[in-house]
Amino acid sequence: MNSDNSAMIRFNQVNKWYGRDHHVLKNISLEVKQGEVVVVCGPSGSGKSTLIRTINQLEPVNDGEIWVDGVQVNHPRTNINRLREEVGFVFQHFNLYPHLSVLQNITLAPVKVRKMSQADADQRGMELLERVGLSNKRDAYPSQLSGGQQQRVAIARGLAMQPKVMLFDEPTSALDPEMIGEVLKVMQNLAESGMTMMVVTHEMGFAREVADRVVFLDHGEILEQAAPAQFFNNPQCDRAQQFLRQVLAPMHG
Amino acid sequence: MTLTDLSQALPGLWEGMKVTLELLVMAVVGGIVVGTLLALMRLSGNKFMSAVAGFYVTYFRSIPLLMVISWFYFAVPLVIGMVTGTNRPIGAFVSCLVAFTAFEAAYYAEIIRAGIQSISRGQVNAAYALGMTYPQAMRLVILPQAFRKMTPLLLQQSIILFQDTSLVYAVGLLDFFNTSYSKGNITGEIGQYIMLAGAVYFVISFGASRMVKRLQKRFTV
Ligand SMILES: Nc1ncnc2c1ncn2[C@@H]1O[C@H](COP(=O)(O)OP(=O)(O)O)[C@@H](O)[C@H]1O
Ligand SMILES: [Mg+2]
Repeated sequence: MNSDNSAMIRFNQVNKWYGRDHHVLKNISLEVKQGEVVVVCGPSGSGKSTLIRTINQLEPVNDGEIWVDGVQVNHPRTNINRLREEVGFVFQHFNLYPHLSVLQNITLAPVKVRKMSQADADQRGMELLERVGLSNKRDAYPSQLSGGQQQRVAIARGLAMQPKVMLFDEPTSALDPEMIGEVLKVMQNLAESGMTMMVVTHEMGFAREVADRVVFLDHGEILEQAAPAQFFNNPQCDRAQQFLRQVLAPMHG
Repeated sequence: MTLTDLSQALPGLWEGMKVTLELLVMAVVGGIVVGTLLALMRLSGNKFMSAVAGFYVTYFRSIPLLMVISWFYFAVPLVIGMVTGTNRPIGAFVSCLVAFTAFEAAYYAEIIRAGIQSISRGQVNAAYALGMTYPQAMRLVILPQAFRKMTPLLLQQSIILFQDTSLVYAVGLLDFFNTSYSKGNITGEIGQYIMLAGAVYFVISFGASRMVKRLQKRFTV
């Protein structure tokens, strides 16, 4: 069993290959404590999406262990659907259900998976819409919303299952610049409410202000993890220094 | 053919049209249900189920409908007799319905399979990420979207089926075409009655086809 009870997410020597010889995750060991906010960054193709998707087993791994709240997610006897109810996931491209209204998007899983009554789910859905500032859009369809609004609905949809952990895979990368702020603000509020979060992002402002720790991934390896102040002011490895130059001053990288 | 003749024939023709429409609606519903199952089998990870569905679809798309209708006319009573142990005749309507359902299912299955495959992987992942099982993801997220996209194609296929129902003539079922034909036979005006029937098929099919086109435009915008 999990020795450290305060670890909400724990990777233990995790490896993953695509095909025979593409080693995408190399000996990953990582812990995210309850209530902690961890930002994962690194160059494109370094394995960030793969890493975060292994936590709810949208991507299987080849060896090692991944634990969420004391349950080994990649154990064959683990009920993965039950586990996924506890782990909210926010996608880069929102992936709202286009055939359902905003409120229906939020209540679908609580009603069908959690067997909550529709009335309770609606009430909770409205509270969440309030929280992300979109209660006036309850009956709109995703196609009628801006990207920023869609992503805020997607966050509310994840929260509706009352997860223990929220995972974000580049939640603002598909957004127009003027909409990034509204989504980050919602995420910041969520972090302040004590949610355990793992966030893949290139928004270094968010990392600096909100994250407890930054993890730097390159070619499937964790090269560095540190508190934001330390990571930004004094990155240890060359690859991290180079990466930071590129994201912070793209014209002069 | 005078107007009096026609007005005398009308109730009978309407009865025939009711048989045609009943057969059509039931075969469309049955064909879509069976077609959906075939599409799901085809797309399932199970090699055996996928091969069975693949064979079914290829087989029924490779033989003439007229042959299926005649064949089922003899085979369906035999099979039902064997299963129930009785020897009661079941009539041309049921055997035709089974034949059309089985035949159309092969065509619907291909449309539905393409529809399911057109839904993005992200939608499936979003469903899984919220704890849905495969059947839940299919039923609640994938199929509703796929059917919305496919509706024009399914309707188009059903218009073809509407015309094909006239083939029940081969086993003597009194649908709209067969009724028209026999009315003409009685009065010795087969040609005129067939032309009348043709006009009715044309108006209905053409009208429905235009409506589908308009629907399709709305769907793609
Ligand atoms: N389904 C897949 N099959 C094969 N290779 C993949 C697949 N998904 C991602 N990869 C490869 O794995 C590497 C890591 O991808 P990814 O985790 O998406 O990186 P990141 O999110 O950091 O940009 C990339 O080289 C990518 O091309
Ligand atoms: Mg990625």
